[in-house]
Amino acid sequence: MPGLIGKKVGMTSVFDENGKSVACTLIKVGPCVVTQVRTLEVDGYEALQLAYDEKKEKNTSKALKGHFKKASTTPKRKLVEFQFPDQKYDLGAEVKASDVFSEGEFVDVVGKSKGKGFQGVVKRHNFGGVGQATHGQHNRQRHPGAIGACSYPARVFKGLKMAGRMGNARTKVTNLKVMKVLAEENLVLISGAIPGSRNSYIIIEK
Amino acid sequence: MSKGLISIIEKEYQERRSQLPEFKAGDTVNVHVKIKEGDKERIQQFQGAVLQRRNKNTNGETFTVRKVSNGIAIERVFPILSPNIDKIEVIRKGKVRRARLFYLRGLKGKAAKIKEKR
Repeated sequence: MPGLIGKKVGMTSVFDENGKSVACTLIKVGPCVVTQVRTLEVDGYEALQLAYDEKKEKNTSKALKGHFKKASTTPKRKLVEFQFPDQKYDLGAEVKASDVFSEGEFVDVVGKSKGKGFQGVVKRHNFGGVGQATHGQHNRQRHPGAIGACSYPARVFKGLKMAGRMGNARTKVTNLKVMKVLAEENLVLISGAIPGSRNSYIIIEK
Repeated sequence: MSKGLISIIEKEYQERRSQLPEFKAGDTVNVHVKIKEGDKERIQQFQGAVLQRRNKNTNGETFTVRKVSNGIAIERVFPILSPNIDKIEVIRKGKVRRARLFYLRGLKGKAAKIKEKR
């Protein structure tokens, strides 16, 4: 399985084998259910759709109810497709954290970063600001400065870094070490910080 | 959900914490530190006054020890739950009014002495 869905629990720190303190994030991973198997013949590509987190039946649309019934499982909140499965899984099969992840391997984690609202260029793009407080700078300490040249190109280039909404976007953190896998509790301890708030959905990719 | 699940990870350090002696800022402690040299391991002692304890009751809790040798002061910060700490001995209980004793850095000789708690 190339990955699993989980929920961020929170952060703590543990000591590694060298006695170094490592900041870690605890993630509740799975168990996920295979709700659809995409095949080369039918869909043109191979993938598995996994579902995670219980949801009330009354909050589920009829169309989705039928979809979950096909996999003979209860309604779930989060559905994610994973491409290139390493082995065959049947519809409705349960995948656990301990089946996929092992201690010491490196994974990528995808989450939705915390929203920061409308932010200026200093916070959003790490601009330096003006750099001086005196010599005539009285109202522009955190301003972006010039945004282009003059009569040529006579416009502002697209994609120029400016102030705007920050955060609340899909973010991937790569090469995080799996410190611990607790099979019974379906918990995975991963070194470092991961995007998003507590209880937000996380995708762990191998 | 979150607090309960995190305590599963922190549980294994709870036992280690309960075996530690009680000490606080102002106390004189002797810390036995494991040092690895190649594949040999030996124990080094570091004795001095505790300046502060930080981030109490977390896995990342540390304490700072200040030692004056040959007129040069050395401060070391130890993670309290570190597996590299073999043992902590409390030599003397000090009588201080503060939780953080940074004022000791500016003092010399008799003024830098901490009174013993009786």
